[in-house]
Amino acid sequence: MNLLSVSSPHLTRTGGTGDVMLLVILATLPGLTALTYFFGWGNLINVVWATTIAVASEALILKLRGRSLGFYLRDYSAVVTGVLLGLALPPFAPWWLTLVAVSFAIIIAKHLYGGLGNNLFNPAMIGYALVLIAFPVEMTSWIAPRSLASATGEIAPFVDTLNVIFPFHSTTTFDAMTMATPLDAFKHKGDLTAEQVWAAEAVLSAKSWMAWQFVSLGYLIGGAYLLYRKVFTWHAPISMLLTLALISAAFWLYAPNSFASPQLHLLGGATMLAAFFIITDPVTSATSVKGKLIYGGLIGLLIFMIRTWGNYPDAVAFSVLLMNFAAPFIDIYSQPRTYGHKIHK
Amino acid sequence: MSIVSAILVLLLLAMVFGAVLGFAAIRFRVAEDPIVDQIDNILPQTQCGQCGYPGCRPYAEAIANGDAINKCPPGGESTIQELADLLGREVIPLDAEQGIEEGKTVAYIREAECIGCTKCIQACPVDAILGAAKLMHTIIIDECTGCDLCVDPCPVDCIEMVPLRKTAKNWYWQHPEIEVELNRKELITSDKIAGEADRENAA
Amino acid sequence: MNRGLRDFHGGIHPPENKDLSTQVAIETAPIPDKLVLPLQQHVGQQSKALVSEGDYVLKGQLIAAAEGYVSTALHAPTSGVIASIQNASIPHPSGLSGSCIIIESDRKDEWGKRLQPLDYEKVDVSELLKRIREAGIAGLGGAGFPTSVKLNPSAENTIVTLIINAAECEPYITADDMLMRERSEQVIKGIQIIAHMLKPVGCLPVECLIGIEDNKPEAAETLEQTVKQLHLEHEISVVRIPTKYPSGGEKQLIQILTGKEVPNGGIPADVGIVCQNLGTAVAVYKAVALGEPLISRITTLTGRALEHPKNLEVLIGTPIRSLLNHCGLQQIKLNRLIIGGPMMGVTINDLDTPIIKSTNCVLASTSEELPNPTPQQACIRCGMCAEACPASLLPQQLYWYSKTKDFDKALNHNLLDCIECGACTYVCPSHIPLVQYYRFAKGEIRAQEHDHTKSEHAKQRFEARQHRLAEEAAQKEAKRRERSKAAKLRQQKATIPPHNSESESNSEDKAAVIQAALERVKSKKDKTSKLTPEVSNGSAAREEE
Repeated sequence: MNLLSVSSPHLTRTGGTGDVMLLVILATLPGLTALTYFFGWGNLINVVWATTIAVASEALILKLRGRSLGFYLRDYSAVVTGVLLGLALPPFAPWWLTLVAVSFAIIIAKHLYGGLGNNLFNPAMIGYALVLIAFPVEMTSWIAPRSLASATGEIAPFVDTLNVIFPFHSTTTFDAMTMATPLDAFKHKGDLTAEQVWAAEAVLSAKSWMAWQFVSLGYLIGGAYLLYRKVFTWHAPISMLLTLALISAAFWLYAPNSFASPQLHLLGGATMLAAFFIITDPVTSATSVKGKLIYGGLIGLLIFMIRTWGNYPDAVAFSVLLMNFAAPFIDIYSQPRTYGHKIHK
Repeated sequence: MSIVSAILVLLLLAMVFGAVLGFAAIRFRVAEDPIVDQIDNILPQTQCGQCGYPGCRPYAEAIANGDAINKCPPGGESTIQELADLLGREVIPLDAEQGIEEGKTVAYIREAECIGCTKCIQACPVDAILGAAKLMHTIIIDECTGCDLCVDPCPVDCIEMVPLRKTAKNWYWQHPEIEVELNRKELITSDKIAGEADRENAA
Repeated sequence: MNRGLRDFHGGIHPPENKDLSTQVAIETAPIPDKLVLPLQQHVGQQSKALVSEGDYVLKGQLIAAAEGYVSTALHAPTSGVIASIQNASIPHPSGLSGSCIIIESDRKDEWGKRLQPLDYEKVDVSELLKRIREAGIAGLGGAGFPTSVKLNPSAENTIVTLIINAAECEPYITADDMLMRERSEQVIKGIQIIAHMLKPVGCLPVECLIGIEDNKPEAAETLEQTVKQLHLEHEISVVRIPTKYPSGGEKQLIQILTGKEVPNGGIPADVGIVCQNLGTAVAVYKAVALGEPLISRITTLTGRALEHPKNLEVLIGTPIRSLLNHCGLQQIKLNRLIIGGPMMGVTINDLDTPIIKSTNCVLASTSEELPNPTPQQACIRCGMCAEACPASLLPQQLYWYSKTKDFDKALNHNLLDCIECGACTYVCPSHIPLVQYYRFAKGEIRAQEHDHTKSEHAKQRFEARQHRLAEEAAQKEAKRRERSKAAKLRQQKATIPPHNSESESNSEDKAAVIQAALERVKSKKDKTSKLTPEVSNGSAAREEE
């Protein structure tokens, strides 16, 4: 008689980590669509390129570590990292920039720490922070949104975009109109008041500003879907958004001309992407409910502080990485009360 | 003048801080077991002498005086770990000279062969052997520490060490990765199943 | 009755599969040729066999007695001959065997002398307790805790609530469901007896709640009707609770029904509650009102490897093989044989394993039904386990600590509060056998504790021995000196013969001088000898330093 001898429970829910990751990838589609619609083919090409590098790096490392390729690639965690970096990098980021960011993220930030589940820092954010520090020019020049790109309101053609990103056989320099992001524009407003900036900067004109808001909305929709599918809980994203909104509103009400409005903070940069796709990465965040609230809230606070008083216009990567440091510490002090225990230690 | 005042001020400060520290050292002293007692509590108390000392306490004293913490085969890896934690030393593998870590054993006397010489009774450090001269001896299993000090003195070699039997009461589930650990330490369960299959296919 | 129900943290909704075994009424299983009765069917000390090989026993005859307070008696489930008392398979995940009494039935099923039926209202509570103990009743629901112990709470705990656990939250199991549908009168009368026993003298009767998941409407209605018929509406209430696993966990059920939490390390009696399984109530009724010991129970035989899954009334000790065959086992389909439910049951590998007092279900499953475990993926700390945990633990952290054998941290995260319900493993997207990690860690922690007490004990014995040896040596030394002194004195007396009174007095003086000198030497020696043998004893040597 050869029957199975295993520890209970014998019943488990179907679906695995790979399914969760696929859902996350699916949820990025609204944001990616908005990006492509308003900013051209750049991000789409980036996403495909970054994913290819991510999977290739993952496969390489798995091979070196003597692990089963088929089994580990099927958790799709490398794909998620690639997609997120593809979304976060500027649309016209040259191919080598993406290569550096993604391979660094997978090889150093993920596998040198022990692979999926063992990495202390969010790999995508490590990759992003690396290129942000190393190649600030490339990283801060975003393409102009649809309405400003050309007189006809057309986005750059696919082939031209491809040639900009991979300038191998083509010498034709595609003269894309690059410009700052809204947050960047506001950061470098100098002595101008907020109103003057909004009037002076093309990127903050009503039509162009709308493009940014739509992209953020796209991420918000994706995030809502993931919440509905219970891929993560609401605690960290809502805590982060609420903190950022409240604190920026307080400063903005106090001095509307020197501080960016909550609207700009929430919709103007990578805030929504961070709230629903970056800080919800379970591996690098705090785990308990209370811990997630603290974790999200502090990230919101850090984003505001770095954006307002720091050197960089956007601050998502640094805020997330700083809080990745703190997550294990938060975990220690945010244990839930166990059944039958009066107050936890 | 200023130099003198500076020296005086520093001197004064040193005295004040010294007094505060001295007071704190006495007032807030944490009463702790002497280190030898703490080490002795970690050691398995088999009194087997495999470490080269005549018992657990002498070895505890030796450790406190700087001897290596890896000389106790009955305690094995977990004891070394605990000692390392207590003393803030590096975890080192068991010293093979002293023997290897084996599963728990107890002594067993083949009673038909026992001649009743009482030599083993004299050797047993924890009085776990029952018997009298010219009468058959037997081991009290619950008291036996498995030190095997009784094996050598037996003139008719009727004592053997047998592994402690697993019963439904002391059995528990093993580490889910245990089999894999034996093969390749770094891999997790899934590797064995998925990876091994891949390798076999490739071969 | 509408009560304010509370919810417990977490919980899951696995597919129930209960209708598999509720299609037909409870049947009585045929008497097998051979019955295997483990001496350890309960929590506590093993029972002590009272019969020996070749004895003829009658149905209901006591064959093993309780040994110690937390233990139970064991009775012959049918008449027959004791074939042997030997090690045989027991329902335990290890597959190890335990000591069992094996009876060869003579198929006459002849009753021996029955116990006198008691009128529970007329006899003393201690009499009832004695009866329950004599009848060998241990909890029929899970762990099998001796019921007489549970019904005898310590004096400082006033019991205000009796909870009857009829939640039966595990998928597949329907034994209690069918029992309520078909034998509700026995159930209610059993509950009445238990409630009566818990009632402190001269106090109000305890509040009595039957907690039942709302996926068993038929059973709940039947019970309510019976309660009405017996005019017990004011004493017993049937409470429907939302279906959610593990609502039938003792602590969870208490939380749902009363909002109270059993304090860490305590028992329900600490918060004035006694919780009993439904089947146990029926066993109590039979023992008290009918004088029948616990020799049979209702067990669900289910799973898709069986052609006719159903509930059977089986004799304790019936080998599972005969029951499976009775229900049409399709051997070829059988992949996993589980005693208990799919969430907490244990797998067994031997079809000759017997039904014991706590066996509520035998699940013969196919590989489609309960697929073989898939390889484990990396933990991504998604926290689904923490959301599902009914004890509000952080399973992902406990997993990490158990895996790396960091037991101090695991204890710090309250590993020992884990009830091993399996909700975390059920939801884990990475298919990590979390519960097995916790079981390993708990086992290891207990083993370490055991080792520690044992080494402490060994140390005491070693020191006692050292002390004794030292004393023996000192005594020997003293005796030796005594002897040599006596010998010297004799010698002196022999060499100096008494001449006259003068020399006599002289010699007496001399003898006194010698004596005094000897005594000085002796006392000096005593001091040193006291120390010398003890030098080998470490503690003494250390005190010297």
